[in-house]
Amino acid sequence: MSLLDVADLSVTFPTETERVAAVRGLNYHVDAGEVVALVGESGAGKSAGAMAVVGLLPEYAEVTGSVRLHGDELLGLSDQKMSRVRGKAIGTVFQDPMSALTPVYTVGDQIAEAIEVHNGSTTRRAARSRAIELLDLVGIAQPEQRARAFPHELSGGERQRVVIAIAIANDPDLLICDEPTTALDVTVQAQILDVLKTARDVTGAGVLIITHDLGVVAEFADRAIVMYAGRAVEVASVAQLYRDRRMPYTAGLLGSVPRLDAPQGARLVPIAGAPPSLAALPPGCTFAPRCPLAIDDCRLAEPDLITVGTNHTAACIRTEQVTGRSAAEIYGVSTTPNGGDRKETDPPVVLRVENLTKTYKLTKGVVLRRTVGEVRAVDGVSFELAQGRTLAIVGESGSGKSTTLHQILDLTAPQAGSIEVLGADVATLSSRARRALRGDMQVVFQDPVASLDPRLPVSEVLAEPLSANGFDKRRIDDRVSELLQIVGMRRADANRYPAEFSGGQKQRIGIARALALQPKILALDEPVSALDVSIQAGIINLLLDLQDRFGLAYLFVSHDLSVVKHLAHRVAVMFKGKIVEQGDGDQVFTDPRDEYTRKLLAAVPQPEPNRG
Amino acid sequence: MTEPVTTETATTARSGLDTHGFASRRTLVWRRFLRNKPAVVSLVLLVLFFVGCYALPPLLPYSYTDLDYYALQQPPSVDHWFGTNALGQDLLALTLRGMQKSMLIGVCVALIATVLAATVGAIAGYFGGWRDRRLMWLVDLLLVVPSFIVIAIVTPRLGSSDRVFWLILLFSVFGWMISSRIVRGMTMSLREREFVVAARYMGVPNWRIIVRHILPNVASLLIIDTTLNVGTAIIGETGLSFLGFGIQPPDVSLGTLIADGTNSATTFPWVFLFPAGVLVLIVLCTNLIGDGIRDALDPSARPLRRKRR
Repeated sequence: MSLLDVADLSVTFPTETERVAAVRGLNYHVDAGEVVALVGESGAGKSAGAMAVVGLLPEYAEVTGSVRLHGDELLGLSDQKMSRVRGKAIGTVFQDPMSALTPVYTVGDQIAEAIEVHNGSTTRRAARSRAIELLDLVGIAQPEQRARAFPHELSGGERQRVVIAIAIANDPDLLICDEPTTALDVTVQAQILDVLKTARDVTGAGVLIITHDLGVVAEFADRAIVMYAGRAVEVASVAQLYRDRRMPYTAGLLGSVPRLDAPQGARLVPIAGAPPSLAALPPGCTFAPRCPLAIDDCRLAEPDLITVGTNHTAACIRTEQVTGRSAAEIYGVSTTPNGGDRKETDPPVVLRVENLTKTYKLTKGVVLRRTVGEVRAVDGVSFELAQGRTLAIVGESGSGKSTTLHQILDLTAPQAGSIEVLGADVATLSSRARRALRGDMQVVFQDPVASLDPRLPVSEVLAEPLSANGFDKRRIDDRVSELLQIVGMRRADANRYPAEFSGGQKQRIGIARALALQPKILALDEPVSALDVSIQAGIINLLLDLQDRFGLAYLFVSHDLSVVKHLAHRVAVMFKGKIVEQGDGDQVFTDPRDEYTRKLLAAVPQPEPNRG
Repeated sequence: MTEPVTTETATTARSGLDTHGFASRRTLVWRRFLRNKPAVVSLVLLVLFFVGCYALPPLLPYSYTDLDYYALQQPPSVDHWFGTNALGQDLLALTLRGMQKSMLIGVCVALIATVLAATVGAIAGYFGGWRDRRLMWLVDLLLVVPSFIVIAIVTPRLGSSDRVFWLILLFSVFGWMISSRIVRGMTMSLREREFVVAARYMGVPNWRIIVRHILPNVASLLIIDTTLNVGTAIIGETGLSFLGFGIQPPDVSLGTLIADGTNSATTFPWVFLFPAGVLVLIVLCTNLIGDGIRDALDPSARPLRRKRR
C-alpha cells in the first residue's frame, strides 16, 4: 500500500452559468520518500488535483472519488477532522511565501504555533526551541535571532524556508508543494529545492510537487504526471519521460522550453492554440484540436492511459508516431535561426547609455526629515544597443534592471550619466522632440493582464498610440488590422475586450500596441515570464520573427537566462545596481568571467534529468 | 467622453463584425446597454417624465393654482385623474409642477456633484504634488462647513425665480467632497498600473489618460454615486422645503407635496401616494439606468444575453 492513493478524483466548480470540470478522473499514488511531480500548464487542474488531498478547495467545489492516506479515506471528512490531518500528517508549502505567513507574528511564533496546535502536551518553551532547530534545518543563519524577525524583515527565499519549516514542523508523512519556487529568483530557487530535498530526507516524507517548470521536475522529482485539461495524459519516471516521451503534448511541452545550449535566434516549438475551456470540452481527445498527429479516431473517444513501457503510461492512440522523433519533427516546424547569413557590418548604435546612476534617498523622521543615506539602485551603468540587435539585461530582483529600463523609457535627464536615443541626448530634448522620440521607443510589459486597460476594446487599445500621434480614422483602422495580422491574430478579435483573451493572446496585443508607431527600439520588460511554456515559445518566436522583419532593436530585461539565450546578441549581467559582466551572448554563456554570472548559470534548472 | 463618434463607427452597430471600421468603445457600450431591458425601459420612462412634466400642464384643464370648490379632497375621478386636495387643487397638475422642480434639482445636482468629484479626485490623484495638497485642503474646508445651515441662511434671501438655480448650485457645491476623496484614492492606485504607464510612454497627453483610462476604471463608483445623489438631492430639497427654506408656496415641489400629504396619508391616501410614488419611480429609474451603464462599461460583468437552455 502506498502512502497516498488518489483514485478517480474529480473536482467540479459549479458557477452560475456553467460547470467547470477542473479535474476529471485523476489517479495517482505517492510512496514514502518519493517525489512525484504534477506537471502542466495553468488550468490543467494540477493544483485542484493536489489541494483536494488536503481539503483546501473552496467549499462549493464538488469533489468525488477517493483519497487515501495510509489507507484512511480523507474525502468526506469534516473540516475539523481534516484540520487534525493538515499540518500533522500532511505539510503544505505554498507558492507565495509572503501571503502564506501572517505579517503580525514573528516567524518563530508561527512555527511554534504549528507545533503547539498538533501537540497539546508540549510546553511553549519546547515548541520555541524546536522552532529554532527547524529554522537551522532549513538553512537560516543565526536562527535564534531570526526567529524573532517578522516576515517582512526576511528575504523572499528566507520566507519560503520558514514556510517549509512550518510544513515539516510535525514530521509529516506527505509534503505538498504548490509551485514552491515560482515566485523566487533563480539562485534562490536552487537553494529552496535543496532545502526541500533535505526536508524530504530528514522526515522521510513523500513529496507531491505541483509545478509548470520542467526544469524543476528534472532536478527534483522521481516520477512525473503530466496533466492536460483535468486528466493525466502521461505518467512516467522522470528519466523515462525526458528520454522517451510518448504523448504529443509532452513532446510539445518539452520542445517549447527554452534551453541554455541553443544558439541565438533558435526558434522554439510552440503548441498552436490554447487549452480547451473546461466548461465545454470537445468530444474525443482533449488535445486533438492542438495536436499535429490527430487523426479522425482521436476525435471519437477520449483515450485512457495505455501502458507503453514499464511504469510508463500515456493517454494517446498514436504513441508510436512520437517515439524517436524530435518535437520539431512532430510539430513540423523548423527551429534553426533565420537569417544566418547576417552581414557582419557594424549596424548603427540606436541607444547609448553611459554611467547612468539612480539613487534613492533614505530618510528618517516625520517632522524633520533628514537624509540618513542613499540606495544606489543603478550605479554607473553603461551599454550600447545596435540596430537590429538584442541587448539583454539579466539580473535577479532588486538588481536595478527594471529601474534602468524605466529610467531610459522616461526620456528625462537622469540624475547622473547620459542617455542617448537615436543620436539625441535625452537631457537636451524639447517636449516636442521628446514626444516624437516616444514613437521610436516602445515598451512591452511583463504582465499582459495589467498592461491592457480592461475597459477598452482591443481596437481602441491599438488605436490609442496612433490617435495620440495624430493619425486619422481611416489610417488608424488600416493600421489596426495590419497590426493584428502582424502578431498573428484575427481582425474580428478587435471588437472584443482584453479579458476575453488568453494570456498569450493578451501579450500579442501588447506587442501589437508597442509596434503601432513603427518604433526602432522595443523595450521588453520580462515579456514572457508570466506565460505558460507552450505559449511563451510562441511569443519568443514572434519576437524573433519581428526582429528579422522590421530590424527592431530589443532592450530585453529578464531574469530567465534560458529565454535570454534564445533572444540576445549581447548580454549585460546586473548585480546590485552594477553591470558585473557584459559581452556577446555566446561568450557570456559559455565562458562566464564573473563569479556571479557563473553562479547564476549554474542555478538554472535544466530540463534534462541527472545532468550533474 | 472621448472623440466624437463618426458615422463610420456608428454603422458597425448595424452589421456586426465584418464592416470596414472597428467598433469603438462607445458603440460597444451602447450595444451592451441596449441589451439591458430594465435599464432601457427606465431611461425611456425618465425621459417621458421629464418631457411630460413640462409639456403636459398647458394641455390640462386645471393649472396647479386653480381651486375647484366643487371637488374638495375627492378621490381620483374622470375630472381629476389623481384626485384633489383639501383646497380643491388638482393633484395631477400639482404633481407635474412638483416634478419640474424636483427632477431638475435631482438630476442637475447629481450630475454636477459627480463631475466635480471626478475632476477634483482624478486631478489630485493623478498629478499629486501641490495640486493634490491644494485640492484636498479645499475638500477638508468644505467638509467642515455646516452646509445645511449655509443653505438655510442663503435661500430665503433669494427671489423665487432663481431659487431653483441657487438650490442646485448650493447642493452641488456641498455634495461632492467625500466621493472625490474616494476617486483620488482609486486614481492613485490606477496611476501605477501598467496600462497607464504604457499610455504615458506612448506619448498620450495626461488629460487624455485621465479621460480614457482613469475615469472609465472608476466609473462604477461614479455611477453609483450619481444615482444615489439624485435621490439624496431630491430628499434634501424636500427637507429644506419642509422646514420652510426651499421651495415656498404657492409654488410646489414633490417634497412639499409629500410633506402636505403625510398628515392625511391614511384617510386620503391619494394626496400622499401620487407624489410619493412619482418620487420612488424617479429614484428607481435612475438606479436602474445607473446599473445598466455600469454593466455596459464593465466588460467583466456577466453577459446579459442568457445562454440557459
